[in-house]
Amino acid sequence: MGRKLLTEHINVEGINTFEVYRKHGGYRSVEKALKTMTPDEVVEEVKKSGLRGRGGAGFPTGMKWSFLAKPEGVPRYLVCNADESEPGTFKDRQLMSKLPHLLIEGMITGSYALGARTSYIYIRGELLYVLRILEKAIAEAYAAGFLGENILGSGYSLDLHVHPGAGAYICGEETALLESLEGKRGNPRNKPPFPAVQGLYARPTVVNNVETIAAVVPIINEGGDEYAKLGVGKSTGTKLISACGHLNKPGIYEIELGVPVEEFIYSDEYCGGIWKGRDLKAVVAGGSSVPILPKELILKTAAGENRLMTYESLSDGGFVTGTMLGSGGFIAMDETTCIVKNTWNFSRFYHHESCGQCSPCREGTGWMEKVLHRLEHGHGSMHDIDLLVSVAKQIEGNTICPLGEAAAWPVAAAVRHFRHEFEWHVTNPKEATAPGAAYRGAAVLA
Amino acid sequence: MEPTTAPTKPQFSAAAQAEIKRLLTHYPEDRSKSALLPILHIAQAEFGGWVSPEVQDLVAETLNIKPIEVYEVSSFYTQYNLKPVGKHVLEICRTGPCMLRGSDELTAHLERITGAKVGGTSPDGTFTLKEVECLAACGFAPIVQVREKYYEQLDTPEAVNAMLNELKSLVHRPILPWEEAGLPNSLKNY
Repeated sequence: MGRKLLTEHINVEGINTFEVYRKHGGYRSVEKALKTMTPDEVVEEVKKSGLRGRGGAGFPTGMKWSFLAKPEGVPRYLVCNADESEPGTFKDRQLMSKLPHLLIEGMITGSYALGARTSYIYIRGELLYVLRILEKAIAEAYAAGFLGENILGSGYSLDLHVHPGAGAYICGEETALLESLEGKRGNPRNKPPFPAVQGLYARPTVVNNVETIAAVVPIINEGGDEYAKLGVGKSTGTKLISACGHLNKPGIYEIELGVPVEEFIYSDEYCGGIWKGRDLKAVVAGGSSVPILPKELILKTAAGENRLMTYESLSDGGFVTGTMLGSGGFIAMDETTCIVKNTWNFSRFYHHESCGQCSPCREGTGWMEKVLHRLEHGHGSMHDIDLLVSVAKQIEGNTICPLGEAAAWPVAAAVRHFRHEFEWHVTNPKEATAPGAAYRGAAVLA
Repeated sequence: MEPTTAPTKPQFSAAAQAEIKRLLTHYPEDRSKSALLPILHIAQAEFGGWVSPEVQDLVAETLNIKPIEVYEVSSFYTQYNLKPVGKHVLEICRTGPCMLRGSDELTAHLERITGAKVGGTSPDGTFTLKEVECLAACGFAPIVQVREKYYEQLDTPEAVNAMLNELKSLVHRPILPWEEAGLPNSLKNY
């Protein structure tokens, strides 16, 4: 059983209250940082920890923090991205609901490191009940002197607010999130300028995922070097994995990075295998936008090595035979799953969520949805399969924000590994569209 | 000829006004437009679960911005209902992970027993069915959100009935201050 740095106390009765959280060592990182460390020293510890953004991109957090423009005397902001909406991902909701003070503690320590005097948690609007949990916890932190003026007599002051979205996947993209926080449509901004230079209200801003900010707490408590001892290589520390789909035990698991994928799926400590005694067909390992892999390639790399739950191992083989750790949204599909239908479902999602700013994404996602719909319903042609790949290619790299890639990758990977299943829908439409039909042929592994 | 009466202009309740005042303290004074999304949530809860053009104009007036600045936002975000809805809006997640665990069947079942079609309201005005994208609770699929509450693991008729019975027992649409929605079971028993 690996160490749990974030969720160790998640089942303690009353851990959502300040009093109980504090009894279990809560807010130590704030005391340590504000009383014994300079802001730069906090940034340095985060750099040493090797922590990488837990929202999906995996960008080194310490480096992101050090990019923040330094003009003194103007406001700068830390904004927490709690707009969790990547299909398959539901870890931040759990973390915020059960351990609101962990996020608040991370926000205080992080804001101190970045010199922010006002910080925001942008939470997706569907989670208004979690917003209320956070607001209650924030009020407790103010009352205890961990927020507000002159925190712990250190001279450092911070206000922290929670801001709801209102239903838009695109607001998980950091510049769309900032637009939304400014009361506008969630249209991603052209970059540069990056948020580190001109973010919220055109001020220097860092946007970090909930889990990333929470991880700052153990990093400051134990030191960056200690944190970096956990995990494998450049995948340091622990990661929350949201496991869903056809698993015996779906749920949230905090794993030390480096657990073999096979162990994660089949051991009773984690997901307990595939439901109904069925065989595994495919996995989307890091949220809906990462490439789908057939069973053979998710368990072992093309070179035959055991695939591990790390950034590097999951991406081994590039997009030809690999995928990405992404947000840790781990979707397992059993042998009865129709890959064409699933791909159509994801395409419909991206079409629905495209903000419409860039033509390749606005039009391309709609095309892919339409073509996949007719393939799934037995009206497609062989040409349609190549058309999908062509449209996906024309979206990729031609949009302001990564939603284009997020929409293109799953389609490209599904056709790459499950082309026979797409072809079967064209050649055997009656059989393929029968209720409960599923193609059982082999996947393409290279 | 029918006497024409001017429609009464909507007004926020005192509780809503207090909440709006509190929200406005969260943002720099010259950036009060930031409060637009949260105020629209308040407006929707206050005025029957949807935001009419008149209600949106009220929001614009409250923030001292142009009505178009409200319209362009309300039409962008899917949580704001721009047409009248039933007493309870059932937002059914239809995205991949929920589909894998039976959201298509759940939607068909809900259409059958409520008499509403997706995008419409049951004849008695009780239930509106709305399909939505990923609600970030994929491990507890399939899921329906009603106002602030998540109903999870709705993969049996019993679970669905329990949800509908709970909703039917709610007499009033909540107005500010909000009722405690309560945690979904998955969070209670984590």
